[in-house]
Amino acid sequence: MSYSTGAIWVVIIGLGIGTFLLRFSFLGMIGNRSLPEWALRYLRYTPVAVLPGLVAPLVLWPAATDGAFDLPRFLAAVATVGIGIVTRNNLAGIIGGLAVLYLALFSLG
Amino acid sequence: MPRSSVSAAYWLGFRHSLPFVLVIIPFGLLFGVAGSEAGFNLTEVMGFSVLVIAGASQFAAVQLMADNAPVVMVLVTSLAVNLRMAMYSASLTPHLGAAPTWQKALAAYFMVDQTYALAIQEYERRPSRSVAEKIAYYAGACTPVCPQWYVSTLVGATVGQAIPAEFALDFAVPITFLAMLAPMLRSLAHVVAATVSVTVALLLAFLPGGVGLLIAAAAAMFSGAQVELWQQRRRM
Repeated sequence: MSYSTGAIWVVIIGLGIGTFLLRFSFLGMIGNRSLPEWALRYLRYTPVAVLPGLVAPLVLWPAATDGAFDLPRFLAAVATVGIGIVTRNNLAGIIGGLAVLYLALFSLG
Repeated sequence: MPRSSVSAAYWLGFRHSLPFVLVIIPFGLLFGVAGSEAGFNLTEVMGFSVLVIAGASQFAAVQLMADNAPVVMVLVTSLAVNLRMAMYSASLTPHLGAAPTWQKALAAYFMVDQTYALAIQEYERRPSRSVAEKIAYYAGACTPVCPQWYVSTLVGATVGQAIPAEFALDFAVPITFLAMLAPMLRSLAHVVAATVSVTVALLLAFLPGGVGLLIAAAAAMFSGAQVELWQQRRRM
């Protein structure tokens, strides 16, 4: 990572203010007016649109192996998603994923 | 208004959100670890958790900065992760809109997935409660969850550097993202959006600093919305 201290704080403070404004938007500024249907339809998909694209390269080309595909990490990722879909529970996904990661690192590595 | 009903509402919110402490602690620890592994100092890691207080976007920012993405890209992409908060804000407005501004500002600052989900369920169950009771319930729901976020980040950032590489903590970040993501895949439209996001992001991975991800996210949002529309029309 190569940023100046100033740039790091621009990100932290900028993200803080921006996030606050998103949270305060309707409650404090726009008031009791509902969003148009089409806007809601797009907003609904923002987390599932951003997070998978962010995580996919990390799973297939992990930085810890200098970008080489790593079976234990891949299996752990698959397990996390599978457990998360079945249980609908964040914590179960994390624990299951870490368990598979360590089992696979131990037995395959 | 009886003081006791406000305090009862506070403690109801408090009790309802206690189980979430179990989720917040590992998330906070992992963020502390991820932040310090990426090279942020303690003040900066804490700056994220105190000023932003939104886990997924904090992880996104740290990950993009570990890849040296330009500052603008880091901000745009991480804020995109938080766009859903505007939706939460809109849906809480009919219930909390009449509260004093300082209370609404605090409610906005502490708005996270868990507190929102609890509050909106409670308000829809008992819509006739007073604004003071609704605010008290909200404050109760924030009390166990939000301070935990700071404390566990602090522990993660302090202890994280002492954990050896064999523990593969580098992979805690992808696992955290995937664990947050999986329960969101609750309809065909969500699955299509996620698939488009992955495919486009991998195809455009050669583009510098977050540009590919931004294009992938836009394509994925569009696909999700289109699938939803298409399904609606078929049902009619």
